[in-house]
Amino acid sequence: MLVTLVVPSAIICVYSVLTRGAYGGVERPFTFENFARMFDPLYGLIILRSFWIAGVATALCLVLGFPLALFIARAGARKNLFLALVILPFWTSFLIRIYAWMFLLRDTGLINTVLLGLHVVREPLPMLYNDGAVILGLVYGFLPFTVLPLYATLERLDKNLLEAAADLGSKPWDTLWRVTIPLSAPGIRAGAILVFVPCLGTYLTSDLLGGSKTILIGNLVQNQFTASRDWPFGAAASLALMAVAMGLLFAARRRGEELL
Amino acid sequence: MRKGLALYAVAAYAFLHLPLLILAVFSFNVSKFTQWQGFSLAWYRAAFTDRELLESAGNSLIIAAGATAIATIIGTLAAYALWKRASPWLAGAMYLSLVTPEIVTGVSLLALFQWSFRFLHLRLGMHTVILAHVAFCVAYVAVVVMARLRTFDPVLEEAALDLGATEFGAFRSVTLAYLAPAIAAAAMLAFTVSIDDYVITSLVAGVDSQTLPMVIYGLARRGVNPMLNAVSTVVVVGLGILVMISERLRSA
Repeated sequence: MLVTLVVPSAIICVYSVLTRGAYGGVERPFTFENFARMFDPLYGLIILRSFWIAGVATALCLVLGFPLALFIARAGARKNLFLALVILPFWTSFLIRIYAWMFLLRDTGLINTVLLGLHVVREPLPMLYNDGAVILGLVYGFLPFTVLPLYATLERLDKNLLEAAADLGSKPWDTLWRVTIPLSAPGIRAGAILVFVPCLGTYLTSDLLGGSKTILIGNLVQNQFTASRDWPFGAAASLALMAVAMGLLFAARRRGEELL
Repeated sequence: MRKGLALYAVAAYAFLHLPLLILAVFSFNVSKFTQWQGFSLAWYRAAFTDRELLESAGNSLIIAAGATAIATIIGTLAAYALWKRASPWLAGAMYLSLVTPEIVTGVSLLALFQWSFRFLHLRLGMHTVILAHVAFCVAYVAVVVMARLRTFDPVLEEAALDLGATEFGAFRSVTLAYLAPAIAAAAMLAFTVSIDDYVITSLVAGVDSQTLPMVIYGLARRGVNPMLNAVSTVVVVGLGILVMISERLRSA
């Protein structure tokens, strides 16, 4: 644990305050310039965009995941099967699942081929290589992360409360809005964090589905460590990403909530 | 509302599973294009004779096997240590490494390796990939084993000690025996996580350690390719079987 987590983090911390070397290494003097550069409008935009895309994807995951979790929680004997069907895709290759969407979304992909064949559209819809495709890929990839914690809280929900609401004349929709959803707040918070953190640091999804147009923090970090060879700046960006992740986790821990 | 919910669930499951199913169906297509023109195994033949694919698949298997073996031992011991003596910091670090964005783990490890090369005469290669995979697999193993330890009664270990077992003997024939299914499940999960990783691997791999996901990524970047559909289907089915066995063992 020490070797795999603490030491690399320490090195990254040190790198982030060094200057970029002539051949791509790191040199002294120490500087905080790398952190200041993140507020450069160019990078600021990338960061804002990352937060925006991660936020939209998280919201969509919660909205789409909640009814599914509700369905599973009320499914009775086949609960475990339905739950397994949600988890299974998560364990099958992430890369391949993104590729599957490329296969569906591209100009000559299945969806466009069908739409063209049915004469619904005249020209292929540009569905790949934009923010929408990235958000779709993230929702597809991280939906299980909201379904699981939501299911866990809905499962533990006291059924008597729902019956009490019904007995007192509440309609099913009202009960949902005023009893079920407020009571599943811990699951909603856990799901939001579990999706938001990896979405914020996503690299593959934006790289493959967003093309060169959608550059997010993850791609920025990767780029600094490979093509641009500006390790100190990459380290600073990576630290910033880590700080957000840790901050959210600690906030959740404070409230005494178990995330996993 | 019940009916609506069920209908919604059908749509949601379709969203989760159809993309891969469609990919699998089209891997059997004769044509290169997205129009069904008849059944064929040609793309599978192409995939299984492609040197780059075979070589990288071999690398992936070696890396996953090595990383799984080491990570399973470390992860199991870490879980056992945490169970013996609760340490919120170590447990926190474990969860943190599960949710850390992969790209951050990747660049941190890359920095660590490059820094250590100042003292060691080594380069990036298979060994660095294996080490990196051990680093992120340990947490998965530990979490699965810890879940099983929660149901383990410490009295059993004490009984073995009272009956004259050595400490190691008690650990081996009581605790380990109880944990065996969970350890096997954890190892399989570590294997699937390892064999599937692209982001971290691509950062710490050397020229001679191309893995299967790296080749798949390269092909996917160049566009859709029916051979890739075939490879994907093989990988997904293989991983699916492993995961199902692992789930069985975990709930056993």
